[in-house]
Amino acid sequence: MTVILLLIPLSILIASIFLFAFIWAVRSGQYEDTCTPSMRLLTDEDRRASKIKNSENKQQS
Amino acid sequence: MEIHSEQTVFRELPRVKAASTPNALTLCFHCGTPCRDGARALQEKAFCCHGCLTVFELLTANGLTDFYNLAENAGVRVKPGVDQFAFVDAPTVRERLVNFSDGAVSKVTFRIPAIHCIACVWLLENLFRLKEGIGQSQVQFPRKEVAITFDNSKVKLSEVVSLLASLGYEPDLKFSDLESAKTPISRRLWMQLGIAGFAFGNIMLLSISSYLGLDDWGNLNLKKLFGFISFALALPVFFYSASDYWKAAWISTRRKLLTIEVPIAIGIVALFGQSVYEVFSGRGEGYFDSLCGLLFFLLCGKLFQQKTFDRLAFDRDFKSFFPLSATRKIGGSEERAALSQLAIGDRLLVRNGELIPADARLISGPALIDYSFVTGEAEPSARNPENYLYAGGRQIGGVIEVEIVKAVSQSYLTSLWNQEVFSKEKPETLHTLTNVFSYRFTKIVLTIAFASALFWSFVDPGRAVKSFVAVLIVACPCALALAAPFALGTAQRAFARRNAFLKNASVIEKLAVVNSIVFDKTGTLTAAGAGSVSFHGEPLTFLEQGWIHSLTRQSTHPYSMRISELFSGESTDPIRSLREIIGCGMEGLISGNEIWIGSAAWLESRGVATEKSFGSSVHVAINGKYRGRFDLTSALRAGTDKLLRNLSANYELALLSGDNEKERVRFTELFGESASLHFNQSPLHKFEFVEQLRCPGKTVMMVGDGLNDAGALKKSDVGVAVVENISAFSPASDIILNAKMVSHLGEVLRFSKSSVRVVKLSFLVSTMYNIVGISIAASGNLSPVVCAILMPVSSISIVAFACGATTWLGNRIFHHCSAEKNDQHPETGENKVSLLAASPTQLVEAA
Repeated sequence: MTVILLLIPLSILIASIFLFAFIWAVRSGQYEDTCTPSMRLLTDEDRRASKIKNSENKQQS
Repeated sequence: MEIHSEQTVFRELPRVKAASTPNALTLCFHCGTPCRDGARALQEKAFCCHGCLTVFELLTANGLTDFYNLAENAGVRVKPGVDQFAFVDAPTVRERLVNFSDGAVSKVTFRIPAIHCIACVWLLENLFRLKEGIGQSQVQFPRKEVAITFDNSKVKLSEVVSLLASLGYEPDLKFSDLESAKTPISRRLWMQLGIAGFAFGNIMLLSISSYLGLDDWGNLNLKKLFGFISFALALPVFFYSASDYWKAAWISTRRKLLTIEVPIAIGIVALFGQSVYEVFSGRGEGYFDSLCGLLFFLLCGKLFQQKTFDRLAFDRDFKSFFPLSATRKIGGSEERAALSQLAIGDRLLVRNGELIPADARLISGPALIDYSFVTGEAEPSARNPENYLYAGGRQIGGVIEVEIVKAVSQSYLTSLWNQEVFSKEKPETLHTLTNVFSYRFTKIVLTIAFASALFWSFVDPGRAVKSFVAVLIVACPCALALAAPFALGTAQRAFARRNAFLKNASVIEKLAVVNSIVFDKTGTLTAAGAGSVSFHGEPLTFLEQGWIHSLTRQSTHPYSMRISELFSGESTDPIRSLREIIGCGMEGLISGNEIWIGSAAWLESRGVATEKSFGSSVHVAINGKYRGRFDLTSALRAGTDKLLRNLSANYELALLSGDNEKERVRFTELFGESASLHFNQSPLHKFEFVEQLRCPGKTVMMVGDGLNDAGALKKSDVGVAVVENISAFSPASDIILNAKMVSHLGEVLRFSKSSVRVVKLSFLVSTMYNIVGISIAASGNLSPVVCAILMPVSSISIVAFACGATTWLGNRIFHHCSAEKNDQHPETGENKVSLLAASPTQLVEAA
């Protein structure tokens, strides 16, 4: 049962990784707008195709 | 834009006659408004106007027809005549609009009220396909904003704006945008919430073992280990997540007030202190789980409030009344100049429907100025050259040339705004339900805590301190702090879905105690432009009706337009020698018949005896003989009579109008004998009336629509601004009400009363939880388990009750309103309600 002395800190470490991921997400502004990405999801296929076209345009010009 | 060879085919298109039967109105394929005169057709699709057709062609040519697959009739009707944006390229203007520019690439953020659905988002994010040089564009739907990145060298800012306008998504460029900076968004709340939630979850996991008594395992002192880990996790919560409460509590106690943050701060300190003592002395596990849970729920409540505020907040500055630019005449040519660039002596051209931006002198052109928004006078007044024109008036009719006399910032209007009476901000009231309750709550809890400590110090001294702290810990102000935000926030959102937008949740509390209502007349109770027209005299023959219809169609005067709508047949004979004399009437020759339509005074001056009439009327003479008159009454909004009757039973009513006395009889009938009616009221009169009406015991609600009531709206306890178009200007008020909802004002008041009752009930429920908790605590038997269970249970149940009850009440009280909202309005085709977000700019009438 002494293994628990290893497991608890380890689990807290792993949990902290997720906490830092959350902090990073908030800092990079992903939580500013939680509404529009849900709408964009429904049209995503076109945008991926269009992004390529956009970068192609950029390359050509 | 790539021009395909098929483009030439699009040019000559047959005009589509509107469907003859009233039920079979064809809807425009692009924007959904009914097709009337001027409709176009292409490929079996009908369009209401050339603008919509052009957008359709543009999208088809660039392979963007998916736009129509994403939403029904998703297009926005393009406003005609708005095509000059060169002024935005001027360095001073450009600087203010552009977010940043690093030489090659610039980024600009525009607010576009016309954004209303997913198709708009898609189209705006595919803007790069429509113009070379535009890079990425990102839409922020809740705020109706789009951020566009573009290449400076390839495309000008004005071209970007032109493109947006041509699609129907004209950016909202207002005078005030050039002056104020945008406020940054706070991410702190998310951080605090995330950390509190993280700590809450993990500490609870660790605490389960101690709840079940399993933390004494063999020779391992897990209790101590878990205790320290919990302490470590709770540290950032105590210092970072709770920081707002420390600040607020400190400010409150310095001011000797007891707002809700004070008992919360006391609770947090007690929790933390007791837990630290227990863990470091080895006496227990502490209450860290309850501490973090408390903060987590409180911050959830704050986030809910913040989100509601972000979605529904509006800040209507007087400055946004003015457009951004005006047409200036330089030498012989015209240019569009920003308002800030205009100087005294500049000559401006003001077209039909445009605002006069500054006090000016009329140089040329028939001027018919509509001051209804500024003075409340319903009839437009004719002006002659050399007359003084005030800023804020709207020109009706042809183009006029004016010369600016006073700088924009010094015009009569601005001086009115800057007057003390208009600009005084309403003081923040601290007498909200929550604060009043928390005041009593804190006192009672402290009394009980001291009393129990005192009691135990005689009976069993060991328990004294423990019970004192326990009472402070368990007396959960958590539910108190959550009841009002959730109930009133839910109510605020429910209001927003029914097109009544409240400035903040505390407006609801004030609405619930209103006992006196003051109405403005023009634009509030009466709908501008609509109304009944009736003819008095010998019935007109079919031929005569046709003549009058053709003649009045040529004029843009509101009366003419209403009269022409009365008759449908168009005379086939052309009109000769048509003449419109501003302020008097119009005359024309049709098939040899001389027709005069105008005011009584004008006809009399031509030798035609007219009938006497009360109210507004337009007289007709054919071939020099008096034929009859058209009586025009301003239409009351539908349901107003019922509304006033219901309200007069419970509220004290009054009417203030800038118009003259002509409608007194009619309104006395509507309001009842006990109401006070006042006419010819200037903005200052209205302000003074409301000021004098307000006294202890009387809560005054003012319902108005224009600048002429702005002072009164501010002075009243609750100011309601009635608007036809949500995104158009309206003065600073507590509530923005869509014109269609005016007849439902009674329901609005009832709903606010019910919401306040829900809050009070929630307080009651929370009190019961506290009684249970405090009795356990006072007996000195409080354990972390009890605390950890009681607190989340009470919080969650109260939040669920507050939200659920408010939503249910909203649906019950407003059920007939929501049915109307989704119907297609026959005049405007306004059915483009997006169900994805409720926001003040949702129902934009783009026409």
